[in-house]
Amino acid sequence: MISEAQSTTPASRPASDAVKMRATGANVYYGEKHALKEVNLEIKSHEVTALIGPSGCGKSTFLRCLNRMNDLIEGARVTGEILLDGHDIYDKDLDVVHLRARVGMVFQKPNPFPKSIYDNIAYGPRIHGLAKSGPDLDEIVISSLERAGLYAEVKDRLNEPGTGLSGGQQQRLCIARAIAVSPEVILMDEPCSALDPIATAKVEELIDELRENFTIVIVTHSMQQAARVSQRTAFFHLGELVEVGATEKIFTNPQHKLTQGYITGRFG
Amino acid sequence: MTELSMTQSAHPKVGTTGADAEKRLKARYRAEKRFRAYGLVSIAIALLFLAVLLASIIAKGASAFTQTFIELPVTFDAETIDPDGSREHSALSAADYRTLINAALEKKFPEIAGDRTAKRDVQRLVSQGAELELRKMVLADPKIIGTSAEIWLPASSAADQVLKGNAAHDESSGLSEGALAKLDLLKAAGTLKRRFNTYLFTNGDSRQPELAGLIGAVVGSFYSLAITIALSFPLGVAAAVYLEEFASKNRWTDLIEVNINNLAAVPSIVFGLLALEIFLNVLGLPRSAPLVGGLALTLVSLPTIIISARVALKAVPPWIREAAQGLGASRQQMVMHHVLPLAMPGILTGTIIAMARAIGESAPLLMIGMVAFVVDIPATPVDPATALPVQVYLWAASPERAFVERTSAAILVLLACLAVMNATAIYLRKKFERRW
Repeated sequence: MISEAQSTTPASRPASDAVKMRATGANVYYGEKHALKEVNLEIKSHEVTALIGPSGCGKSTFLRCLNRMNDLIEGARVTGEILLDGHDIYDKDLDVVHLRARVGMVFQKPNPFPKSIYDNIAYGPRIHGLAKSGPDLDEIVISSLERAGLYAEVKDRLNEPGTGLSGGQQQRLCIARAIAVSPEVILMDEPCSALDPIATAKVEELIDELRENFTIVIVTHSMQQAARVSQRTAFFHLGELVEVGATEKIFTNPQHKLTQGYITGRFG
Repeated sequence: MTELSMTQSAHPKVGTTGADAEKRLKARYRAEKRFRAYGLVSIAIALLFLAVLLASIIAKGASAFTQTFIELPVTFDAETIDPDGSREHSALSAADYRTLINAALEKKFPEIAGDRTAKRDVQRLVSQGAELELRKMVLADPKIIGTSAEIWLPASSAADQVLKGNAAHDESSGLSEGALAKLDLLKAAGTLKRRFNTYLFTNGDSRQPELAGLIGAVVGSFYSLAITIALSFPLGVAAAVYLEEFASKNRWTDLIEVNINNLAAVPSIVFGLLALEIFLNVLGLPRSAPLVGGLALTLVSLPTIIISARVALKAVPPWIREAAQGLGASRQQMVMHHVLPLAMPGILTGTIIAMARAIGESAPLLMIGMVAFVVDIPATPVDPATALPVQVYLWAASPERAFVERTSAAILVLLACLAVMNATAIYLRKKFERRW
């Protein structure tokens, strides 16, 4: 697989051109409301793509299209085409359970299950049949926690409830839980908005490390965060994709007046 | 307008300091104190009524838990019990034990020999249950035939009520002057004793108050409730899960929801009529059976269980669902692994509240014939039976004075069942409660 070959190259390599996901003419309606309008966007492999924009601009809506979490919302309707490795994820034949195993998600509020730390991580592998209980599962749990940078902190209390951890630890637990099913893409919906600056720094560092193995799409309200963690940035406004490009370019030389206004803090 | 309001707010009278402001502040605190006082008064009134209710029931019912016994010198006369000497079970159980008691009474009171009225008076002091006691003893051990012994036998309810002070010490008690005199004699001689009333817990219903027991009603209630739980819990939870987690929200599900909410408010006797028509008339199930009672109570409790289960499912935070589905759990896995376990304490609480209502329900049972006089203890759920609340109703309508205290005792037993069930509900809720 291409992605595996690339993962061996250093993280600082120039952005690759392999497209992991591609949205073409994507529209989302919530009942009568046209929440996302004709969005065309490419998500490139092994990059962090940041989606920024003022509240209600459609960035979270777009993110939730990528693993069909919008299906859960009553009255939501998606049109257009969203491809994952060239296959339409809204295809009738596609199994949404399988899709969500390939495109994982981390939410705004840390949301561990009210179960033990171990069971939180093991849940995904168990339901997807990646491992039965025993040494195989232990290995997945431990390696996921290690990759999320949490193992050292929790290795003595794997059987304690995940809800007993601090906010930042809970969010890294949720990241560990997402990577335990070996997804190809991880969607993050403002993963640091409920965290303090120190916990945020840890999660950002983690995002940068995860880029080596995963493709990441992150929604953020913090432009500094977008600038710090992403290689590409897409700016949304009122349901439309206004501008997309290399993060450096978006922040130093935006092409569109709206983008410029937003990143310089004139609105938003 | 703006100008006016500005001048007003600048006015010293509406400031937050000064004598006027202090007055307003005091008024606010007074209002708060009054409000708290209203609450305390209403709680006090509620507690008072509860205390009065419990006190009156306990005062009336406590004496039913004891029963007077008379010590009599009984001779197990072989001629009377088993003239053939076969010691056959059928012969022993058909024997005339009343004769033994009458003989014992004559032995105790030699002066009544030959006086038919005096004999009848004295015989009315001893319960008909005494015969059953003697028969039980003989059947358990036929070797006692031919021996004699001092045996404690249950007193009649009339004597019992006089001794307990529930009935006046005159002929209105149902005993004649002569009988009352003999009763006083027995009392003075120390051959009267009040024992724990085991009949209340081991016998079925009876025309003789002193022999009437609750076990038939308790077993009937137990069977009915077991059937109710077995049917209404899975049905109710499945319905709630489907409506809450799987059904799309449209006009049909709205209609169903409105109907379920309305059903919860339907008087239970209507469900009794429905059960009578469907289960007895159409399906031909046995009348007066706990099976049908359980089915009727299932109808009564289903709406409550569905509504409380839906509320409990709704209370599971949405991010639990998102977390599960974001990991690729199917809808069913999400429900079975996360939502349902987290909703379980609430569902159990709702179910037990519904069961507590069902155990106290009598109207639907009246409609399907569980109101009959049933002496036998039901062995299976298709045998005729009554239930505890129906037994209360039956005893309350009985004319014998001794049923007054037994009615209260039955209410106490029913209340005890309810208390146990509610305690279980609290225990289960605490046990399964999880924090998030």
